[in-house]
Amino acid sequence: MLSYSIKRLALAIPTLLILIVVSFVLMYAAPGGPFTSERELPPEVLANLNAKYGLDQPLWRQILTYIWGIVTEFDFGPSFIYKDRTVNEIIAQGFPVTLTYGLLSFVVAVVVGVTLGVVAAIRQNSVLDYFAVGISIGAQVLPNFVMAPILVLTFTLWLGWLPGGGWQGGQWEYLIMPVIALSTSFMASIARITRSSMLETLNMNHIRTARAKGLPERRVILRHALKPAMLPVISYLGPAFVGMITGSVVVDVYFSTGGIGKAFVDSALNRDYAVMMGVTILMGALTIFFNLVVDILYGWIDPKIRY
Amino acid sequence: MALLDIDNLDVAFDTPDGTVHAVNGLSLSLDRGETLGIVGESGSGKSQTAFAILGLLARNGRTSGSIKFDGEEILNAPPKVMNRIRAERIAIIFQDPMTSLNPYMKISDQMAEVLMLHRGMSKKNALAEAVRMLDAVRIPGAKDRIRLYPHEFSGGMRQRVMIAMSLLCQPDLLIADEPTTALDVTVQSQIMRLLQELQAEFGMATMLITHDLGVVAGFCERVTVMYGGRIMERAPTDPLFGKPTHPYTRGLLHAVPRVDQGQETMQAIPGNPPNMARPPKGCPFRPRCAFAGKDCAVMPPLEPAGDGRVRACHRPVEEVAA
Repeated sequence: MLSYSIKRLALAIPTLLILIVVSFVLMYAAPGGPFTSERELPPEVLANLNAKYGLDQPLWRQILTYIWGIVTEFDFGPSFIYKDRTVNEIIAQGFPVTLTYGLLSFVVAVVVGVTLGVVAAIRQNSVLDYFAVGISIGAQVLPNFVMAPILVLTFTLWLGWLPGGGWQGGQWEYLIMPVIALSTSFMASIARITRSSMLETLNMNHIRTARAKGLPERRVILRHALKPAMLPVISYLGPAFVGMITGSVVVDVYFSTGGIGKAFVDSALNRDYAVMMGVTILMGALTIFFNLVVDILYGWIDPKIRY
Repeated sequence: MALLDIDNLDVAFDTPDGTVHAVNGLSLSLDRGETLGIVGESGSGKSQTAFAILGLLARNGRTSGSIKFDGEEILNAPPKVMNRIRAERIAIIFQDPMTSLNPYMKISDQMAEVLMLHRGMSKKNALAEAVRMLDAVRIPGAKDRIRLYPHEFSGGMRQRVMIAMSLLCQPDLLIADEPTTALDVTVQSQIMRLLQELQAEFGMATMLITHDLGVVAGFCERVTVMYGGRIMERAPTDPLFGKPTHPYTRGLLHAVPRVDQGQETMQAIPGNPPNMARPPKGCPFRPRCAFAGKDCAVMPPLEPAGDGRVRACHRPVEEVAA
């Protein structure tokens, strides 16, 4: 298991290198640049700026310089737009925010989703089941960018219970709506996957064996059915995680939480190459890491999988 | 008093194709220590009878009639009552050892939980007892191999584990539901020999469900032949095999390939088992029976026919020996 994890992490290096090169090329292929503005800059100024940020170099040299900076000094460069800030600083400021509400959303989605799914499966075709299925379908058709304004409209403008945005160091009333907006659709998917997988598991032969042992139904479900029923849920967690990263962009914009998603969107609009690259690499690394966690979880549940 | 007394048991399943009548008016009884074989083709209702005894029917199953175990009515008994009987007093071995053990749990945990639940043993004592039982079913190196997962055992070994697990609480009744069907022929005979030895050692009543007549002949004192969810014939093993009188029993015996006689003596029963969503009127075997007549449109009652034999047939073939 340990050597497998090390191998996987080592494989992450070439993956990230490819990610850097492809992103770099795509970024440069897009029209415009960081210093394009409505009022055209005098050519000498532009040339000086380009020289300062190394944009006058050939593309391959820029890429190599960039990678070299990361490898030797863990330096992701200066922001092209905010003259006094480095990419490292921007990430250090926004990432903890994103991580806080992201992880919280993740936990909420998994716990609520799995519970709903299991309950629906155990009480199949009961009122409880229809209720759970109804909720998850309702939640599924509400993507975060629809959910967010509905939440703000309801809880801030009508009821006046919650602040419409801001972060305030992550106090709970500022966390509620971002977490709901981000987690709802994933919670719904997890609930549906859990329900169908649990129904399938409960019809398996080894569950009949567990019942034949005289185990109470609760033990049958928790001890014998939950693990196998979780396998499809776990394989969904990888894509769900990536979806949450994208979702954080929407949350940051709607709730002014100041997370990394906002920085990412701004950098794309402003052609802030360095910030764009920095965030892309961070997200890529997280995705790779998360997929590794999912695979390790798989091995932990299914003894037939050995690394 | 009989250990197990089934009276007029009906099992039906509601399916999208209509109600499937898996078991119809089945009555049988089993004494302590007795070995009873239940024989029939797939779909004859023999496994569903076993599941009904333990309350393990699928969710869409409905039952009526009566199943008394040791004098207590257990058909549709509440889960609490059933959970005290399951494994503790009635244990079952399933057909497919490849899927009947939990693939995600070590054998040790799967076995120990039975004793911890029913006997209130500590994990340590339960494990020691489980190892003893694995020794009893002749799993070599049980002490170490109990720590393995099911996929690390062969099919025959898994069925041994299953048998050991079923005997942990020394039940009064063991139901073996086609215990050898999924196994290689050579392994089949080993498992049957093992079951026979264990039955002699522990003395539990055993209900052996199978479609393998050879297995029944060597194991059971009495045999019940089922078809279309009904009992066709019931008799002590020797007269049943020596002188089959029910056309269906006869058909089953002729359908067994024999090494000592040529291929031509093996005759399959023509046709297929009935669709139990739309069972034929009268005797279910009528459409396939060479001896059937008009009177067979009315289901014949189970009637004594000498030699301790009970039979449901209007047109038995007394005169023909097998």
